[in-house]
Amino acid sequence: MTVAETNKANLKNAKLNEVKTASSFTQRVIKDFKRNKYLYLMVIPVIGFYIVFHYLPMYGAIISFKDYNPGKGIIGSEWVGFKHFLDFFNSYHFWRVLRNTLLISVYSIIFGFPAPIILALLINELRNKAFKKTVQTISYLPHFISLVVICGMITDFTSRGGIISNFLVKIFGFPEASLLQFPEYFRTIYISSNIWQEVGWGSIIYLAALTGIDVQLYEAAKLDGANRWRQLIHITLPGIMSTIVIMLILKLGSIMNIGFEKVILLYNPTIYETADIISSFVYRKGLLEFGWSFSSAVGLFNSLINCILLISANWISRKLTDTSLW
Amino acid sequence: MIKRSVGEIVFDIFNVLFMIVFMCVMVYPLLYVVLASISNASDLMAHRGLLLKPFGFHPESYVQVFKNPMIVKGYLNTIFIVVVGVTISIILTSLGAYFLSRKDVMWRNAVMFLILTTMFISGGLIPFYLIVKNVRLINTLWSLIIPQAINTFNLIIMRTSFASIPDSLEESAKIDGANDFTVLFRIVLPLSLPIIAVMILYYGVGKWNEWFYASVFLKNRELFPLQLILREILLQNSTSDMMTALAQGDKEQVAETIKYATIVVATLPVICVYPFLQKYFVKGVMIGAVKE
Repeated sequence: MTVAETNKANLKNAKLNEVKTASSFTQRVIKDFKRNKYLYLMVIPVIGFYIVFHYLPMYGAIISFKDYNPGKGIIGSEWVGFKHFLDFFNSYHFWRVLRNTLLISVYSIIFGFPAPIILALLINELRNKAFKKTVQTISYLPHFISLVVICGMITDFTSRGGIISNFLVKIFGFPEASLLQFPEYFRTIYISSNIWQEVGWGSIIYLAALTGIDVQLYEAAKLDGANRWRQLIHITLPGIMSTIVIMLILKLGSIMNIGFEKVILLYNPTIYETADIISSFVYRKGLLEFGWSFSSAVGLFNSLINCILLISANWISRKLTDTSLW
Repeated sequence: MIKRSVGEIVFDIFNVLFMIVFMCVMVYPLLYVVLASISNASDLMAHRGLLLKPFGFHPESYVQVFKNPMIVKGYLNTIFIVVVGVTISIILTSLGAYFLSRKDVMWRNAVMFLILTTMFISGGLIPFYLIVKNVRLINTLWSLIIPQAINTFNLIIMRTSFASIPDSLEESAKIDGANDFTVLFRIVLPLSLPIIAVMILYYGVGKWNEWFYASVFLKNRELFPLQLILREILLQNSTSDMMTALAQGDKEQVAETIKYATIVVATLPVICVYPFLQKYFVKGVMIGAVKE
């Protein structure tokens, strides 16, 4: 057989194979649909939900590149390219909202991330079971209180004569006025109240990780004469390290997604300087001032940065610690 | 048992003391609200600093709260949203979770990918609003039920739980001629009652506390859920329609106690059920923490 003939034969074989796999693929699909028809029937409303309320909005985000006009609809509105993005980057608000978003996030991670870990470690060291249970029950409680109520309480306690501002007036000589009128206190109020509300709830996942550590390790360490501090450093912390890393990646990946509902409830124009973040800006410009396309562009910019942060945090963690989300 | 060293004893004492202080910090703000709500309004206004016992016992502010038609209406709207919303959410979530927990379905991974992607990418608030508007849900209570019907986190938790049910049960049911609907409703769901309890609580608390989308989607005050009415009272200081009968001078003082009473009325249902259901909540977090 000549080379050409061999090639020809190979080609023929390949084609045959292709036809074969194609038909077997469709056959497999049909067979699968027949066997699992009820399963597919079940999943139709679920897929429908995700398409309408998650994928259509993703498609709708193209209005960031258009001048959205409610009369013309999402498809009919005119294209304007990157106009809204450039408007945002060149506006006075850009640096302010970007800085506020990043600062609140970074401070939240610095102060808020270790808090539940420390709490979990301390709860883990308690010897009395009933006392331990009481501490846990009480610390989870604030998580279930609605944000509106929490913000109502914050506003009330920090207002003129409220218990927190009154305390600060007496001890540190703060001016007698509502603390929410001062731009310099907003971050502290926002972050400390967040820690108050979520520290207990956040500790659950670490407590769960702590129960997964093998007791034999502690027994062996005790025999070797390790005290509790040494046990903490050499057994407990390494034991929950992968949980800590995963939680940290998730935190880093949501740097741009601060709970803006809380910001909207607490801020007022006098403290926009420190309190206005990207998502509250989107809310105000879009839903209160009807700048649909502009605020949609700002929102798109926000999720893009967020996505990049999540992917890089995951990548760095995989390189450094072998722990990653995917 | 090895004897505790001096350092360890000191640490244990310090730890217990710290926890006691910690619990006080957690509970006191809530206690303050309760104490203030039953206090005499003018004494409360004059008072500065911590409150350790109420000024007398004056439940009048609660009477004012329940006389307010908006609060009663808000309560009813919220109950509707919670009951109908949770039912729909649980049904849709278990349908999706059941599909994703089957091992021999061809398109399972594709559907999983479709769903997981939405956890990392979203169209943003404005396009979401426009879509909800285009499907004509704006200004109906359904706008708080349908667009947030499935929470992806909850879906994954439920799928993990369903996947842990032994296959042999379903296989034997299938041999007896049961289809997937029968398997889901007769075998899988009855075996998953704890996780359904978790889901009812997660969705229920979420819907009870939800205010943001309500403020965006609802224009008609008749439809406002409790949390929106609360926002008006607590943060926009509009207790006025509750106190038309009062003299001008008393208004400001009574406003304070009414605020606190409203907080108690709106939070009590959640706080009351919470201790009984605590172990389920915790269970949900732990299942969610199981990595693939």
